Amino acid sequence: MRDWFNRRGWRDLIIATPYAWLIVFFLIPFLIVVVMSLAIMKSASPPFGFHEAFPWIDLGNFARLFQDTLYIRAFVSSLINALIATLLCLLIGYPMALGITRVSKSWRNILLMLVILPFWTSFLLRVYAWIGMMGSNSWFNKLLTSIYNFAVPSEWALKSIPMMNTSFAVVLVMVYSYLPFMILPLYANLEKLDTTLNEAAMDLGSRPWQVFRDITLPLSIPGIIAGGLLVFIPATGELIIPSLVGSSANPMIGRVIADEFNSARDWPMASAVAVALLFLMVLPMVFYNHYEAKAQNAGGKP
Amino acid sequence: MTRRPLFLISCLCFGFAFFYIPILSMIFFSFNKSRLATVWGGFSLQWYGKLFDNDQIMNAALLSLQIALVSATFATILGTLCGLALARFTQFRGRTLFSGLVTAPLIMPEVITGISALLFFIFLAELTGWPGKRGFTTITIAHITFSMTYVAVIVQSRLSSMDKSIEEAAMDLGSRPWQVLRDITLPVISPAIVSGWLLAFTISLDDVVITSFTTGPGATTLPILVWSKVKLGVTPDINALATIIIVVVGIGVAISGYLMHRADKIRERDIQMAIAANT
Repeated sequence: MRDWFNRRGWRDLIIATPYAWLIVFFLIPFLIVVVMSLAIMKSASPPFGFHEAFPWIDLGNFARLFQDTLYIRAFVSSLINALIATLLCLLIGYPMALGITRVSKSWRNILLMLVILPFWTSFLLRVYAWIGMMGSNSWFNKLLTSIYNFAVPSEWALKSIPMMNTSFAVVLVMVYSYLPFMILPLYANLEKLDTTLNEAAMDLGSRPWQVFRDITLPLSIPGIIAGGLLVFIPATGELIIPSLVGSSANPMIGRVIADEFNSARDWPMASAVAVALLFLMVLPMVFYNHYEAKAQNAGGKP
Repeated sequence: MTRRPLFLISCLCFGFAFFYIPILSMIFFSFNKSRLATVWGGFSLQWYGKLFDNDQIMNAALLSLQIALVSATFATILGTLCGLALARFTQFRGRTLFSGLVTAPLIMPEVITGISALLFFIFLAELTGWPGKRGFTTITIAHITFSMTYVAVIVQSRLSSMDKSIEEAAMDLGSRPWQVLRDITLPVISPAIVSGWLLAFTISLDDVVITSFTTGPGATTLPILVWSKVKLGVTPDINALATIIIVVVGIGVAISGYLMHRADKIRERDIQMAIAANT
């Protein structure tokens, strides 16, 4: 008990203050959502209630998740969009992160700053920038349209490429917004790799792509997984991007939750979708923890 | 290894073009004379003038700054305590739940955090009569809860890489606990606290989803205002607003980058001088 923070009073105060805050303002609100998912909608204020007889709760909301194709389609399109965005982030981000480790130290700092800079500006404005780029009157759309019209036979010619309110737009803007989350953990991982291994492999006659396949890529798997989760998890539950540039006919799950809650005022159903989404998102976390535990065990062995 | 980077450098060029072309296009069209935000109609600064004349935007910006200042400060205090608790107390009752509560807001989709906060405030108002009207206080509480966990993660990682023997040495030399805290622990983790505060400030200033659920009539933050305008389409005054924000953030990041670079240089020189003096 010689550390300062173990003295009487200190310890309890340090633990109890944030603990109490998180229980009151995070855990209890979350439990309200879980309980709400077991309620039924009623035209009252607040608009929900429970059955009057035992067991009071109602599982109808969860049954509706599987009966109404709206929810299944929303879950599937969220997962697919998030997965494509994650893969594209990896494809663009990996060579960028590797490239940053290969330049001189002062360039490295400048490039890292350029990666972080868009992240510090407003998320909403980054989405807005793409709305301006994708509209049918914008220079970017006109440029793409003329390239397209040049490349295809004239019967297929288009006046403008429909980009807004499509899944393409959602994926594009998600890649744009979340790319820094992929680059930074990958860079942190790749920067620590021992380049003498590469040199040894080169000396022993490996070609550059063999060095990459056999050394750099396997050693960077922790960075790939960390970056992948940092992109995939927020992308799955994303609300802003699908609301602004996505199609309303094929909504993502975050938008379904918000619509159920705000427009339909079906609080129990919105809560049930939310609980289901959380359940889906816990799966990759469990996978990650399992992987990490395995990696640590393997590392611990001589 | 010096031959290969050609491919990587072209990837870097492509990547940074992808990052910055939309932003540069947005800045370019903020100087557009035309009402149509995407068709060039000549140079003009009128949208900047209109921006500063627009009381609605100015009030929203002021409210956002106030909420961000208050919530970042509280989030930093609570988050630092979280970080201390997680890094220094390996065993206490309910530690698993505690560390779960610190991680959960980080992975919880914002929609769900927003809905649960709103339901909580509604039921609290039914039970106790407070908060009668949602607005500044409810937004701030939701922002503190959300951003304190980011601070906690930053502070915790700094504390676990810190050399504990310095604290022990100070205790052995007779320092009181609060002296150790003031003279050693806080100075060592102060960079983490500063970056945690900055992150919490940015998160709060930028948040749309959680704010949209916890706000009430009359409390419109800047992101909420931009959100409602953007839903209606592209307007040149938002381009002007975006340009101002990007320039301010850019200057801030450049200055902090320069200061960090200089601190690195000074430290390197000190280390070299120390080595030279010892040999």
